[in-house]
Amino acid sequence: MNTVRVLVGTRKGAFVLTSDAKRARWNISGPYFGGWEIYHLKGSPADPQRLYASQSSGWFGQQIQRSNDGGQTWEPVGNKFVYDGVPGTHQWYDGTPHPWEFKRVWHLEPSLTDPDTIYAGVEDAALFHSTDGGQTWQEFPELRGAQGHLWQPGAGGMCLHTVVLDPSHPERIFIAISAAGTFRTDDAGKTWRPMNRGLRSEGIPNPHAEVGHCVHRIAMHPSRPHVLFMQKHWDVMRSSNAGESWHEVSGNLPTDFGFPIEVHAHEPDTIYVVPITSDSEHYPPEGKLRVYRSRTGGNEWEALTQGLPQRDCYVNVLRDAMAVDALDPCGLYFGTTGGQVYGSADAGDSWAPIVRDLPPVLSVEVQTLP
Amino acid sequence: MIRVVLPTHLRTLARIDGEVQLDVEGPATLRAVLDALEACYPMLRGTIRDHVTQRRRAFVRFFACAQDLSHASPEALLPDAVAIGTEPLLIVGAMAGG
Repeated sequence: MNTVRVLVGTRKGAFVLTSDAKRARWNISGPYFGGWEIYHLKGSPADPQRLYASQSSGWFGQQIQRSNDGGQTWEPVGNKFVYDGVPGTHQWYDGTPHPWEFKRVWHLEPSLTDPDTIYAGVEDAALFHSTDGGQTWQEFPELRGAQGHLWQPGAGGMCLHTVVLDPSHPERIFIAISAAGTFRTDDAGKTWRPMNRGLRSEGIPNPHAEVGHCVHRIAMHPSRPHVLFMQKHWDVMRSSNAGESWHEVSGNLPTDFGFPIEVHAHEPDTIYVVPITSDSEHYPPEGKLRVYRSRTGGNEWEALTQGLPQRDCYVNVLRDAMAVDALDPCGLYFGTTGGQVYGSADAGDSWAPIVRDLPPVLSVEVQTLP
Repeated sequence: MIRVVLPTHLRTLARIDGEVQLDVEGPATLRAVLDALEACYPMLRGTIRDHVTQRRRAFVRFFACAQDLSHASPEALLPDAVAIGTEPLLIVGAMAGG
């Protein structure tokens, strides 16, 4: 019988939630790395017992932890993230040039095929990778050549927060940066292009600029890797040509501001977002926590509310804090800044809290185990 | 033998109980002590001082013999009591944040 393992990163440590395939009763273990910020942890698709975690602190900097037994034990591996050459400057909030400076790893994306190969998206924005299980890290400096001098930080920092690997094209990687936009390589990181045509952002001088868009998250279904979905700062977007152009699919959402976006495990046109009131009010509209589902790849959305608080709820759901399992029916999970992790074992029709009182949740990932 | 007391999070990271005792060759400077500490516990590299610049991280402090040595040169000699092991070098996470 399958089991499900939910990996939760929080402001004060990591937690591992496990259940059988019914997803009704959960065992909760942790905190791991108590007191440290765990921006993200994720398992290798090639070896589900191999996990990686990004552990950081304002006092003691960045650590990468690795587990070879599904999270029961961990060991620190390499934490030296040094930009290649002289990284130059990017735009600062006041428009002046500002030197690149490493702050933390936001997102870890293990290779689809090799447990020892992993990508790390960092702040200040850059993509690193390791081919020795996280012991040593090398930057893809050519990414910064894609108009990096014009990138600028969003309110959360200038972070590379999303890494999407194309299962049908091993040398193709999509990444997203706040606030620069989406970029793609087709040659394993040697060259990169901005992929932001069709995005419109009113908060920048040229709303249609090639870079400068605050992309919050992009998602792909592995069976259809040329179709991408994006939650931008404002606007939910879709690309049907691997990011070459985008069009808006916000449709009837109550607000198209938000952070995460996810795709159903078995239905490539079923997608999920969590609308948030606005960029100045990071909580759900009307105090009602609602996941919205579209079964048509966008434009037509339905509110999913059963089991979620429908009054006095003012939490946020961050960009890396929603994930799906691979069971049938598909399970969906998200964590909140209020420390709740909600799960649905029926593709979002109904929800229940798995745990209510964790530290603020930064990330949620799911492993479906045999 | 030089004694070093680490903050809780770094003891946990390096799996250390209690004080660290280090043999330091040559003059007992802060740089020499940190070099010896990181050689014994490689996972501490980057946590106390920057990997590249070797500058102290902003929220880390060095105390010994009731003195704040945080702003001293890394090449300055540590107090004699630290050098001979009667007093420890305290590496402290600054009181900041929540």
